[in-house]
Amino acid sequence: MGASANLRNWLDERFGWDELMKFVRHKTVPIHRFSYFYFLGGMTLFLFGIQVCTGILLLMYYRPTPNGAFESVQYIMTRVPFGWLIRSIHSWGANVMILTAIAHMFSVFFLKSYRKPRELTWLSGMVLLFLVLGFGFSGYLLPWNMLSLFATKVGTNMTDQVPLIGHWMLVFLRGGEDVTGATLTRFFGIHVAILPGLATMFIGLHLLLVQRFGMSVPPSVEAETKAHPEKARELRFFPNFFLRELMAWYVVLAALGCLAAFKPWELGKKADLFASAPAGIRPEWYFMFMFQTLRFLPAKVGPFAGDLLGVLLFGVAAAVWTCLPFFDNSKDGRGKRWITGVGVFALAYFVGMTLYAYLV
Amino acid sequence: MVRYLIPPQHTDLGPDLVVAAHVGELKPNSGKIFPFAGRPALLILTADGKYHALSAVCTHLGCTVQYSADLHEVWCPCHNGKYSVDGANISGPPPRPLQEFSVVVKGNDIYVQRAQNS
Repeated sequence: MGASANLRNWLDERFGWDELMKFVRHKTVPIHRFSYFYFLGGMTLFLFGIQVCTGILLLMYYRPTPNGAFESVQYIMTRVPFGWLIRSIHSWGANVMILTAIAHMFSVFFLKSYRKPRELTWLSGMVLLFLVLGFGFSGYLLPWNMLSLFATKVGTNMTDQVPLIGHWMLVFLRGGEDVTGATLTRFFGIHVAILPGLATMFIGLHLLLVQRFGMSVPPSVEAETKAHPEKARELRFFPNFFLRELMAWYVVLAALGCLAAFKPWELGKKADLFASAPAGIRPEWYFMFMFQTLRFLPAKVGPFAGDLLGVLLFGVAAAVWTCLPFFDNSKDGRGKRWITGVGVFALAYFVGMTLYAYLV
Repeated sequence: MVRYLIPPQHTDLGPDLVVAAHVGELKPNSGKIFPFAGRPALLILTADGKYHALSAVCTHLGCTVQYSADLHEVWCPCHNGKYSVDGANISGPPPRPLQEFSVVVKGNDIYVQRAQNS
């Protein structure tokens, strides 16, 4: 018996290797005109892996203190061999990961993949999206530059508007009443320990649920295959779909490499706690729709303070969006039209406000 | 655990009276940010030669405001909030006026102190 057969036997006796291989061989992915959207989740997972790897490399030099953070990132970018590349890939990777996560969410939404029995898959995905946004928000402060300082001031101040627990949340996030070095240390802990731990847990749960319920087929395709069962097509997950997914990852990696090489992420000016906010300040693109909304809201809207109303509206909207699968329980399985309308409005609002903030 | 995560309060906010600038340091129609009680504050010398001192923390979402020489107003770049030179919120999202401090010129120094009622 050869070495590989011995190893296989060894694994089979301990972990049921043959059973696992049998399962992998039989796993299939439905093929239809919307199948390309199945790649988005895998691409987000791949980008998360890149963030973990580049993040660990950055940790070798980064110092999370007000006197060391900016200087250590400057050192990484100017003195450490390939440091500029690692840091740029980490920064661009964060943005591309958020983009693919948002695209994944909207594709799942419009293809109605959250329908029974996949409600929990949607919920775990939404938790992951909030965690990814948390990664973006907490990581943004770590270079300790002017933009990140004011983005953090505004972002954490928004929590203060939340009734009852708002101020407690503000002090908890900032490590005090104001954004200071204590906030930097706290955000560092959240970014490299708390969020990765939670994300790993929820990625495991999300993948388990995807595995348990399989890939969802959109209602229109489902109706077509019901009428013409001979038209239903499937692809073996391994190696066929896996190799295609690998190609998608390869394209993402190439895009990241290009972005990092041709447009390295800037470091900006070191944060100064006693300087005024620079003109033209704005957050990252994924928070831009909120930023623009808050700019539009006047100081008072009826009996409400404008900022309080904005924060409450976003909070309620996020909660309703997260719970949408539980409202979309139509008997024919095609989903309710008004839910699709809500999705179209949400997407149009997100894109419209973001474009307005950049272009006007 | 919750009590551990909430840091102890700092009660020492620094002196109630600071030297914010020296006479002649600010040109008319300009402003200067200076630290006061652990937070940024803004000293303004108006075009007609009058000093004003305000908290520089925007009452909307906490950005640090600046004096706009073009507008002759205090401006917050984060959400385009505007205040008059005496701190009144005049347009944009700020819900409250900026806290005003008193200014005393003694010799070559411009002192800023908390107003008696603040």
